[in-house]
Amino acid sequence: MSPRAAWRLESLGFAEVYDYGPSRADWMAWGLPREGSSANTPTIGEVARRDVATCALTDTVGDARDRARAAGSDVCAVVTCGRVVLGLLRGKQLESDPEAMVEQVMRPGPTTYHLDSRAREAAERMGDRGVSALLVTSPDGVLVGVLHREDAERAADGVAEP
Amino acid sequence: MPKTIDRDEVRRLLEDGAQLVDVLPREEYEEEHIAGAINVPLKELDAETTASLRKDAPVIVYCYDLQ
Repeated sequence: MSPRAAWRLESLGFAEVYDYGPSRADWMAWGLPREGSSANTPTIGEVARRDVATCALTDTVGDARDRARAAGSDVCAVVTCGRVVLGLLRGKQLESDPEAMVEQVMRPGPTTYHLDSRAREAAERMGDRGVSALLVTSPDGVLVGVLHREDAERAADGVAEP
Repeated sequence: MPKTIDRDEVRRLLEDGAQLVDVLPREEYEEEHIAGAINVPLKELDAETTASLRKDAPVIVYCYDLQ
């Protein structure tokens, strides 16, 4: 939509036209200033913790477990060198054979949330599914952090009863 | 030819006085938009609806998602 708008503006005589390709979702994802009737609704980007433990496919489960513990978390994200999410290790996987390779035990293709998703919706879905933590990515799929259910619920409660 | 830019370039251009145009439908704009943006829905984009914009200053357009 915005490329067409940019070309249309140029055809109308505007000399210097730019298309913010990543668009509103990207702006909101990074918690930048916004306005409108929903502007005060907390997003995941505002409550996600950035200090998520990560590992590579070829790391050992023992290494991944150590990193998760050091981060005070019970999850470890499996990522590429560019931090694109490939998989996830939760409690059960982190307690498996410490000499095994991460790739052998990880949960591939985990559900992720975008930073601009609403904290309230995430809290409800995590509650429905009994999930305590979910990975959070930017609109282009790069790992940004981890969302803990208690953080999402706290943010949701904060706007439930003004 | 319009140039595609990222978030950092948007912020820099806004600091330098660029104009920001949200081309989403009005209801979506009213629900949420980037601070300081004006709304001219794509379907209404013409000489009349853009008359308030300066043609000698940069204009940045955006919609909702990667598209």
